[in-house]
Amino acid sequence: MTAPFDLNDDSVVVIIGTGAGGGVLANELAQKGISVVSLEAGGRYLPEDYINDEWDSFGQLAWTDPRSTSGDWRVAKDFSGLPAWIVKAVGGTTTHWAGASLRFQDHEWKAKTIYGDVQGANLLDWPIDPREMDDYYTKAETKLGVTRTGGRAGLPGNNNYKVFEAGAKALGYKEVHTGRMAINSAEYDGRMACQQTGFCFQGCKWGAKWSSAYTDIPKGEATGHLEVRERCHVMRIEHDKKGRVSGVVYVDAKGQQHAQKARIVCVAGNSIESPRLLLNSASSMFPDGLANSSGQVGRNYMRHMTGSVYGVFDKPVRMWRGTTMAGIIQDEARHDPSRGFVGGYEMETLSLGLPFMAAFLDPGGWGREFTTALDHYENMAGMWLVGEDMPQETNRITLNHDIKDQHGLPVANVHFDDHPNDIAMRSHAYKQGIAVYEAVGATRVFPTPPYPSTHNMGTNRMSEKARDGVVNKHGQSHDIANLFVSDGSQFTTGAAENPTLTIVALAIRQADYIASEMGKKTL
Amino acid sequence: MSLHKQGMTRRQLLSQSAVFGANFAIGSGFVAGRVEAANWALEVDHLTSETMATLIQMARDIYPHDQVSDAYYAIAMKGYDTAEAAETIEANIAALDAAAKGIGYARYIDVGWERDRVDLLRAMENSPFFQQIRGGLVTGLYNQKAVWPIFGYEGESFSQGGYIDRGFDDINWL
Repeated sequence: MTAPFDLNDDSVVVIIGTGAGGGVLANELAQKGISVVSLEAGGRYLPEDYINDEWDSFGQLAWTDPRSTSGDWRVAKDFSGLPAWIVKAVGGTTTHWAGASLRFQDHEWKAKTIYGDVQGANLLDWPIDPREMDDYYTKAETKLGVTRTGGRAGLPGNNNYKVFEAGAKALGYKEVHTGRMAINSAEYDGRMACQQTGFCFQGCKWGAKWSSAYTDIPKGEATGHLEVRERCHVMRIEHDKKGRVSGVVYVDAKGQQHAQKARIVCVAGNSIESPRLLLNSASSMFPDGLANSSGQVGRNYMRHMTGSVYGVFDKPVRMWRGTTMAGIIQDEARHDPSRGFVGGYEMETLSLGLPFMAAFLDPGGWGREFTTALDHYENMAGMWLVGEDMPQETNRITLNHDIKDQHGLPVANVHFDDHPNDIAMRSHAYKQGIAVYEAVGATRVFPTPPYPSTHNMGTNRMSEKARDGVVNKHGQSHDIANLFVSDGSQFTTGAAENPTLTIVALAIRQADYIASEMGKKTL
Repeated sequence: MSLHKQGMTRRQLLSQSAVFGANFAIGSGFVAGRVEAANWALEVDHLTSETMATLIQMARDIYPHDQVSDAYYAIAMKGYDTAEAAETIEANIAALDAAAKGIGYARYIDVGWERDRVDLLRAMENSPFFQQIRGGLVTGLYNQKAVWPIFGYEGESFSQGGYIDRGFDDINWL
């Protein structure tokens, strides 16, 4: 069969979401000749549409449907209706991501075994051996064109990186470089090299940064086996009397509802929308939502331990020039409990433009303490701190029946409390980040609180045993054989690394599994 | 900001104005920079010009940047000059003036030292009114493209080919 597909065609794989998980899975399946209908809530924007302007771009790309928040995290106070800064568009959050593409460290696949019992944490080992991932990581790096892998050169360091590198070396850090980035350092895969424009978060107007929006999606469409229906929001997943999923009901841009039949349904709407959809699909057979016999759907929400450090110097830096995430210090990514916490963290350069700096440096701050910081915006350098946070059962996505979205569906409430391990790690990371900048003469430093979450993970987690999680080692739900989870919500634990490369590697792996099982007629 | 009220020039308007606070000239239906060098004026249709001048001072006291002209704060406050907002804004500015009376001044705008005005604001910083004004300024002030160069921020760069040949790595003091 070739696209477009009929609503009653029950041979298709329906994939919900077109980002790092869903977009890659769609292309990988289409390349194997499998018919795919991808349903994407957002519209299609390409490099010529992206806007070099922080707020205008936010208005164009961000997922701003209503959500609510609770818990002791500062985001709930500062941005109560915006728990996450993720994207509603074809390509999902791969339009917005910075491009950092790091493999998990081996021990991070086995957090429960290596870290031991951590009070209050719902740790579990991934049901995957790290060696099973090696080839898939290589395939993912090749797909994304990751720098400093596969013989590809690193990106050149910008001003923000040079300050960061000088401070890191003064402190004695050894693993300091311009990162392994899915941003071309030379022309690759028909896409040009980075022009050091900045605005990586606003969509790369050169296409130098990998995004599924202009790579995997059009490649999949070119096979004739992938149909992408944009501005189509899936309301619920349906099942038959045997308890197998049979299709989805979605609402299109005109507000019309449609039912698309399916042989297999793969959920890849990011770690807030994916569990919300499973919960909103509750039925008399599955009163707690689909794939939720464990009660773990929506639980163990992770967002990485994050924070930022900005430093002001007596001379200009102009950190906004060039790659937004322009380099990394990896020395603190190791697991070393002598620091007072389990797991580790990465330090990665980051810059914000003046408008977002005003919004995020110290949300709610005012007066001269605040404004004198911005007065020296030109002399600022910045870094982001990102580390492994602890899965906790009570950190979870639930349905908020008091607030409905534009389709009349209960919205997601995002509850998050920091674990003591997260707080200890953040304190250490702030101290080290400050030390990096003070080592090169910072006259003032700002330990900046977490932004709305960009790394959302864990809410449909992988587990060996059905009672401990939602999906098995292939992302296939324990309860319903033809229902898969294909995004970061399947993460058992979060590791210290930016999650996209692992999401992509798991999607490539899942495509192999789905094709194999379809071939064996077990799906 | 330009001024086109009844075809009059700013200079003609200023001839009909009264000095208000340290920086503002107010007249019937407008607020302007008091000195010629300020070169801005803002017409008001729903708020009194005194209230708009007080709002502009309040905006500066919340996010004081000495290198940023009142004109930009005026632009950030202009959106409150609507029929819907006027009653609430007038009432809240009246309350702010009443607080100023409590420390011996006729109006907020007459309080000479910034620190004394900030004390008055600090006492009301959890009020919806203060948070509305402060929150609105985050975008109303800092997202004005004309403000960016004052802070050195260069904004859009794609149309100029990015910074690959324009100094992305030109730091020279390390």
